[in-house]
This record gives sequence, C-alpha cells and structure tokens, in this order.
Amino acid sequence: MSRLIDVENLKVSYHSGGRVTEAVRGVSFYLQPGETLAIVGESGSGKTTLASALLGLLPLTARIDDGRLAVAGQDISHASERSKQRLRGRVVGLVPQDPMVSLNPTLSIGRQIGESLVLRHGKRYPGLDADVVELLQQVGLDDPALRATQYPHELSGGMRQRVLIAIALAGEPQLIIADEPTSALDVTVQKRILDHLEQLVKARGIALVIITHDLGVAADRADRVLVMRQGEVVESGAARQVLSAPAHPYTRELLAAAPAFGATPRPLPVALAGKQPLLRFDGVGKVFSLPQGRSFQALQALDLAVYPGQTLAIVGESGSGKSTSLRIALGLEQPSSGRVHFAGQDIGTLNWKQFRPLRQRMQLVQQNPFAALDPRFSIYQSVVEPLVSFGLLKGRELEQAARRLMEQVQLPASYLDRLPRELSGGQRQRVAIARALALQPDLLLLDEPVSALDVSVQAQILDLLRELQAELGVAYVLVSHDLAVVASLAHQVVVLKQGQVVEQGEARQVLEQPRELYTRELLEAVPGRRLAVA
Amino acid sequence: MTVLQRRLARALPANEAWRPRRRLQRLLDQAGPLLRRPGFVVALLLVLFTLVAALAPWLFTQFDPYATQPSAKLLPPSLSHWFGTDELGRDLYTRVLYGARLSVEAALLAVGLALVCGLGLGIVSGFVGGRLDAVIMRLVDVLLALPGLLLALAIVTAIGFGTLPVAVAVGVGIIPGFARTTRAEVLRIKTLPYVEAARLGGASWGRTLLRHVLPNAWGPVAVLATLDIGAAILATAGLSFLGFGAAPPAAEWGTLIANGRHFLITAPWVSLLPGLFLVLVVFSLNHIARTFEEVQR
Repeated sequence: MSRLIDVENLKVSYHSGGRVTEAVRGVSFYLQPGETLAIVGESGSGKTTLASALLGLLPLTARIDDGRLAVAGQDISHASERSKQRLRGRVVGLVPQDPMVSLNPTLSIGRQIGESLVLRHGKRYPGLDADVVELLQQVGLDDPALRATQYPHELSGGMRQRVLIAIALAGEPQLIIADEPTSALDVTVQKRILDHLEQLVKARGIALVIITHDLGVAADRADRVLVMRQGEVVESGAARQVLSAPAHPYTRELLAAAPAFGATPRPLPVALAGKQPLLRFDGVGKVFSLPQGRSFQALQALDLAVYPGQTLAIVGESGSGKSTSLRIALGLEQPSSGRVHFAGQDIGTLNWKQFRPLRQRMQLVQQNPFAALDPRFSIYQSVVEPLVSFGLLKGRELEQAARRLMEQVQLPASYLDRLPRELSGGQRQRVAIARALALQPDLLLLDEPVSALDVSVQAQILDLLRELQAELGVAYVLVSHDLAVVASLAHQVVVLKQGQVVEQGEARQVLEQPRELYTRELLEAVPGRRLAVA
Repeated sequence: MTVLQRRLARALPANEAWRPRRRLQRLLDQAGPLLRRPGFVVALLLVLFTLVAALAPWLFTQFDPYATQPSAKLLPPSLSHWFGTDELGRDLYTRVLYGARLSVEAALLAVGLALVCGLGLGIVSGFVGGRLDAVIMRLVDVLLALPGLLLALAIVTAIGFGTLPVAVAVGVGIIPGFARTTRAEVLRIKTLPYVEAARLGGASWGRTLLRHVLPNAWGPVAVLATLDIGAAILATAGLSFLGFGAAPPAAEWGTLIANGRHFLITAPWVSLLPGLFLVLVVFSLNHIARTFEEVQR
C-alpha cells in the first residue's frame, strides 16, 4: 500500500521582524494507512509546527524552506490554498488541543457536526440528522439526540473533546491528527477518551498521529514513536523498542523524567515521634448555596492531619472538592461544619485581619505559573513582595533575601531583573515557589504545582520540592489529580470523590495496595502503565 | 532547562554581583523598539512640537500674535508668513502656535478631569461591586445616553464661557468612557491568580489595588486617554467655533477656523491651514494611541 504521509527532509522556519527561527529542521518520516504514530517532544520542539504543516495550516509568517511533504500522494509543501482545503476534513482530520475553546459557543453541537457532514456530502445531504446522532453515539456520548441540541457550555470538558472527535470523524478522513488531545483533562477522563479514540480508529482503519509531550501516552497508544527536540528528530522507531531501549540520551532523559516509568524517587521518610500536627481538619464540610434555593455539597466530613516536614496529598478529579479544601485551609472560604486548626489555633472562623499574621507561616503555590506572577513586576519585585507586604526587610537586606531565595530555587540571580514573560513555564513556577518561601513558612500549599508544565520540567520541579523539604523542613499539602506526581512526593494520601473521602492513609499503602475500586481506577489511568507492566 | 543547565545555574558566581536594575533603564529598554517605527516617531515629534509651542510659542516665531498690520491683510502663504495672514494682517502661523496654548490646555484639563473622575469611579465600582457598582454604572449610563456636544453646550451655558468652563464641559462628556473601561479592566484583573497570590502574601487591599490592579488596568485606559486628547481638542475647538470658548483677540484653534470662514472663497488658507494643523495633531495622537495598543498586545 502507498504511504499516507511521506515527509522528506522538511524544513520550516518562522520569519518575523527580520528574525528567522528554524522550527523544523530536516525532518523525515512516513505513515502507512491504519498506523498510529506518536510525535513526542517538549514545548518548542517543533511538533505543533509539523502538525500545522501536515494540515496545510501554517501561519503566514512560516515558510517551508526545503523538503517534500506529501499527504495521500499529493505534495502540499507548495500547493495552493484551494487544494489544501480539499485535503482538510476529507483526508486529514484534526482533534484540537483545548476542548474548552475549540467549539463555537453560539452553535448547537448538532449544527457544528452537521457543518462538516455538509462539507463532505453536499448541502442537500438527506441523512444529516441521523448521521449526527450516530456520530455522537459512536464517540460514546449518552443520549445523543439530546446532546445534538445542546450548546458547548452545557457539556463538560471530556464531553466536548468527544464532540471534537465526532467532528473530525464526520469528514470520514483517512488520517486524524490529535494535537495534545487530552492534556487539558483529568487523568481518568483522559484514559477513557484515548481508549475510545483508539478503538474508533482501529475499527475504521484510520491512521492516527498523536502529538504529545507525555511519553506515557505515546507508549500506551502508538505503533511507532518519533521523538523530537529543537526541530529535529532525535529518535524514531517502534514504540516498544524506543521506550524500552532508548538509544539517544535525550530520550533517556525524557523517560527518566516521566513519573510513570518506575524509576521515580520516593519521598524521604520523616520521623513523626511526638510531633503535634501543623494543620488539622476535623470533620470539615462545605456547602455552597446556588441560585433558586438549591445548595451544593462540595466537601463532606473531611478529617486530615499534616505533620511538620511531611507531605499530605489530596487526590481527586475535578469537582472532587480538593481545591475547596485548600481554600478552606487558606482562609479564603469558611467551613460550613467542622473545625480547622493550624498550629493549635482554630482558624475556621477567623476574619481576614485575624488571619493575616498566620499567613507568614502558610503560603500557596498556584496551579498556573503563567498567570501567578504580575506581568509588570520584575522577578525581584515578585519574589520579595511578601516581605515588603509584611514590612519585614528593607533595602540591602531585601536584595540579599532575593538572592538567597533564587539560590534556593536554583535560578541565577541575574534572572531577578527579568519580567515573567522572559521566563519559561518551569522557571516561572520556580519563581512562584521562591515567592512562597520568602516568608519562611512552615506549610506550603501546592495547588496542582506541575500540571501546567511539560513532563520533563515536572520532574525538575518535583525534585526541587523534595530537596527544599529536606533542607528547610517545610510541610506540604499537595493537591493533584496525577497519582504519579503524588507518588513521588507524598507521605500521606487522601483520595476524594465528589466531596467524600474514598480512601486515606500512608502513601505507600494507598498507592501500592489500594483497597477501593476508585483508587485503582485512578492508578490505572496513569499513562505509561502498559509499558511499565510489560 | 535541562539538567546540565541547572547545574550550571547552580555553579554561577553571578549571584554575588547582582543589583536590582533601575527603573529608568527598564523604561529605555521598552522605548527602544517603539522608536524604530518611523510613523510613530513623526507623530511623536509633531505632538512634542505642539506641546512645546503651547508652553513657549515665542521660540518658533518672531511675530506678535496680536500686532495688527492692515497693509498686510489676507496675504497668501509665503516664506515670511508660512500660513499667510488674517483679515487684520496678523501672522496666522504665529496665531496657531499661540492658540496651541489655549487649545492644548483645555484638552489636557478636560482629559485630566475625565481621567481622575473616570478612574476613580471605575476602580471603586469594579473593586467594591454590589449596590455601589449598580448605582455608579446607572449614572454612567445616563451620561452615556446624552449626546456629548449637547451635554457640553448645556454645561457651558450653565457655568459660563471661557477656556476653563469649556474644558470642564468636554471633560464631563468623556468621563463615562473612562469609568467603563477602568471598571471592566479592574473586574478582569481582580480575579487573576497573581492578585490572589499578593493577598495571600499579606498585602493589604490598598497595596494590592495600587501595586497590582491599577498598573495592570492602566494600559487600555492610557490608550483611551491618548485617543481622547485628540477628541477633546476637536470638541473644545468645536465649542469655541460656536463662540463659547476664548474671547477675541485671544487665539484659539476653534476661533481661528471660525474667523476664516468669512473669507473661505477669497482666502481659503485662513480657515484651512489652522484646520489642517488641528487635523494633523489629532491624527498624530490617534496614531500614537494605536501604536501603544499594538505594543500592549
């Protein structure tokens, strides 16, 4: 059979403001019909540029400098827009990255799927409505007739991603390109959607290109893997072979960084003898009142205790109440029932002023490092801000404190002059950690500290957190949906589901011998399991 | 960062030598790319020229704006009289320069007033929220519903003629725009994680507002202000064209244009050249505002 994609020595560069950035440098690969290929790389490795080139959707500033790019036997490296348009939808379908923004909010689901059916079959296609319902059923949505009349905001992230898959399938393409299809979703949802996509593709004989930064996802799903770095292919071959016996040091580095591949460092044991808990929840519940007199139970009878120098992880999918429990600990929400003690003091009923002195001992690291730093503050200003707010240090001492903090998070002091936009995601998260450490707190609350970062950067941040804990003796409360992250950091684990505690105990015991079905489901959803088991 | 880079970073001795960079240097770094845009530079030079002319018009001309010379009336533009002369033989170029003072003064006063009131209203409204927000915004809605020129005319007739009343009248007319823009920005920014981080870092509401919310809300408001200086110059000129502004013989752009319309057929430059200058200044301000807006994105 002929090759579906044939790329030879492709070079793409971006031209803007007189500067030339080479995004793809001499990449060659091919794809047979029905095959699944994973393109793996960190952000900036050129994998998304490659996907755009395959779709003929390169931005105007991009230029194909050299090489051949054939899709379904047609060279599209310098083809006209019209001929590329004929390929999109019918030959190549796209499942975009972010389901939250990839659907038109003003059109119903059915209309949006209908659009691509009409493109495929013509305006007067008689089976339109039936096909829409059938597609929705195929991608695994319950009550497809109802879903077709709903609007995107009425669906959850996972459901929207399924709709996007339905739209891609509607054109009956020979190839689907999935660009980080699940990175915005919970692990369990991720697994279900990827499973489903895999089945559909197998059943229809469609070829699939998965673009991902997560080697685990690649290992589970792909026949072949292409590892990219700085626009070049560093390694390619059969998935099992590349991942079990990586030849290139970069692949080995990526593998070592992926939390799921067994070699994760465990947290250092901490002696607890005779210590009082730093933070204690006693039967804490939270009820939010909704309009029209209804109410929503976000958290129910949560008991937990965090000891000095220890890490407690709260695990769950979105909507499980894990963020609510963090907000209660921070005094941003008041508990509806139960008591919260911090260092022996009841903090559940304190107002903002009374709480303020305690903030010196308890700090938060937020989820999204891209929004957690004031874009107008230099790194120096951001890092020392808590010290300035509390009026603790001035002048030279402040500068020294900033230098010490930068050393602690292993960033060069010259970065203090930069603005947040001049740093990468991982570096920004380091700055956010430095800011949280500025007041030398006893307790750090980590709200999904690595979920917005590339896998290899995740490992570095987790290493840093572990080192800081050993060095400074800080206690952590870690909120995460990713059990691989939890395993590498936590001493204690609380598993939450819809506001209720499912399982609770020593990390080793919960993660290695889970008693509850739900915990096992979460564990199975961690990408890369298939390879780790094999 | 790779592992190697991280180790390098740890070994770097630069940590000892570091000192915070001064604010001026940061400003210069930011201004660099702007100055490489020729359109922006031309617009900036014209506006600067107008501002300097408003402060010290005698630097650019040797004529007296009030000295009449009946023998040289209604002369067309020439090398000695760049914009020609008016019906009393006064040099028009000189009068445009001297008129810049009143026009620019009125426009800056108007925008300053609108900026202070609008920012204040917008911040209070966005930050406090609730009922206060509703009350302020309904007032703003009422102001928005009235046509600007009508409102200005009403205010001028109520508080009297002259530059200051005209400035107040124009200023009140553009408050609602500022209030709305500021409120929208404040509403957006106060929910951002870095504001929460500052609060959790122990910053008071005042500090959060002044250091985080205001500077970050400032961008679109500053663009609007630059844009509105142009609009205010036009509005004040319009009011003095209608006879509500500066009393003769004081020169003001609106009155200059109004004077010239009697000679539009025989000596069109008397009206057109001051008008053209006014248009150029407003256009430059718009261009500057547009450039700032692009840079922010």
